[in-house]
Amino acid sequence: MSPMISIDNVSKWYGDFQVLTDCTTAVAKGEVVVVCGPSGSGKSTLIKCVNALEPFQKGSIIVDGISVGDPKTDLPKLRSRVGMVFQHFELFPHLSITDNLTIAQVKVLGRQPDEARDKGLKLLDRVGLAAHAAKYPGQLSGGQQQRVAIARALAMDPIAMLFDEPTSALDPEMINEVLDVMTQLAHEGMTMMCVTHEMGFARRVADRVIFMDRGMIIEDCAKDDFFGSPRSERAQQFLSKILQH
Amino acid sequence: MNYHWDWAVFFKSTGIGDEIYLDWFVAGLGWTVAVALVAWCIALALGAVLGVMRTLPNKALSGVATAYVELFRNVPLLVQLFVWYFLVPDLLPERAQVWFKQELNPTTSAYLSVVACLAFFTAARVCEQVRTGIQALPRGQTMAAMAMGFSLPQVYRHVLLPQAFRIIIPPLTSEFLNIFKNSSVASLIGLMELLAQTKQTAEFSANLFEAFTLATLIYFVLNMSLMKGMGWLEKRVAVPGLIGSGGK
Ligand SMILES: Nc1ncnc2c1ncn2[C@@H]1O[C@H](COP(=O)(O)OP(=O)(O)OP(=O)(O)O)[C@@H](O)[C@H]1O
Ligand SMILES: [Mg+2]
Repeated sequence: MSPMISIDNVSKWYGDFQVLTDCTTAVAKGEVVVVCGPSGSGKSTLIKCVNALEPFQKGSIIVDGISVGDPKTDLPKLRSRVGMVFQHFELFPHLSITDNLTIAQVKVLGRQPDEARDKGLKLLDRVGLAAHAAKYPGQLSGGQQQRVAIARALAMDPIAMLFDEPTSALDPEMINEVLDVMTQLAHEGMTMMCVTHEMGFARRVADRVIFMDRGMIIEDCAKDDFFGSPRSERAQQFLSKILQH
Repeated sequence: MNYHWDWAVFFKSTGIGDEIYLDWFVAGLGWTVAVALVAWCIALALGAVLGVMRTLPNKALSGVATAYVELFRNVPLLVQLFVWYFLVPDLLPERAQVWFKQELNPTTSAYLSVVACLAFFTAARVCEQVRTGIQALPRGQTMAAMAMGFSLPQVYRHVLLPQAFRIIIPPLTSEFLNIFKNSSVASLIGLMELLAQTKQTAEFSANLFEAFTLATLIYFVLNMSLMKGMGWLEKRVAVPGLIGSGGK
């Protein structure tokens, strides 16, 4: 079976500066892949290339059979099928939680407002926030906002979910409520690519771990291999640093 | 100074038909409002479009908007008015020239010129406010909206502009008041708006002080009510839970 996301020899430059160098990996349907690595190593850039939020100059990325780099690809349509969750939640502050959950369903997918609402509220209930439907993002805690952001992405019935450090802007006591939602999602068979430094989550939930450094994928292996015996010195250093905390 | 104060002057006959001076003020206020409101609507629409253009990645589009702003912000308003009134009509096609110069009555042609002048002048200022408002928003908002499948126009329509306009209500309010104040330039090309009517009353009645006191009062009350109105609007569209939104 061909993978849900396949990244093949992708390179990207900002002017003269090469951010990504020959990155190759794949995410199978239902697989959970954690991407980690030091700050500035290109993790965010790589996952933003997957839904074409960032263009890349070399290589190819295929998502569910559709080539992201192909100029003929309908990018908005492709993006609407891939959910993305950001470090800073990025809920729309001027819209109520309900409207945040429905606006793209209605404007992008063309669903009826009633249908979109039902779907949105069901997902809000799933992330444990049914009581907050009428509130605005500014009235929720960070952890709650991030759970809404996940529900908002799920409302589009995505074929895969991308997470870019979803917990790193959260106070420690709120991290788990978000990780719990992500864990549940993984158990339900969602295809997920998560940039995160939550190694506990990676150990429990990930199938594979990708380690990046200076724009290159240094390690790409099964979780147990990664935590058991990372081959590269850099990954070992990174792990020992991060696991001290 | 043996000035003869007479506050009852406004109720005296002007000697023209059965009009009293107060009628002139009412008519003048009517023109002032008609100029300012129509010019404001155009300025708001055009300024929003230009403001959006300035934030687009497309260099040509943002360049056009930048050039527009530089041009209209750096030429004095009065010069712009005279250009619109005396020069622009000569640049129109033959047929339109005849229509503008001969078929329109002078009041209408003066009205059109001053509306165009204030609309284009104010649009440059609105453009800058809109641009500032959009640029004040976190870049992640655009990212998130794009990631959900919104097209660029939808990102602006549903995500950026509703937030940007909320942020810029206070500076827009002052542009809105300015357009009322600036509308007094119309008196220079013969449109009988509030200032022109005041001068005429002063000349006809010789009650200069009363006339200008009333005009001052009218401008003041007008601007205060506009400010109150905009304050109400700001409260109404305030987003709950957002800092600096005025609402709770
Ligand atoms: N728009 C840009 N222009 C130029 N350089 C950029 C741009 N965006 C990112 N970079 C650079 O690209 C590199 C990779 O950035 P990226 O955000 O992908 O790193 P990251 O691994 O996600 O880091 P972090 O853990 O800090 O989020 C960094 O060195 C960054 O400075
Ligand atoms: Mg990052």
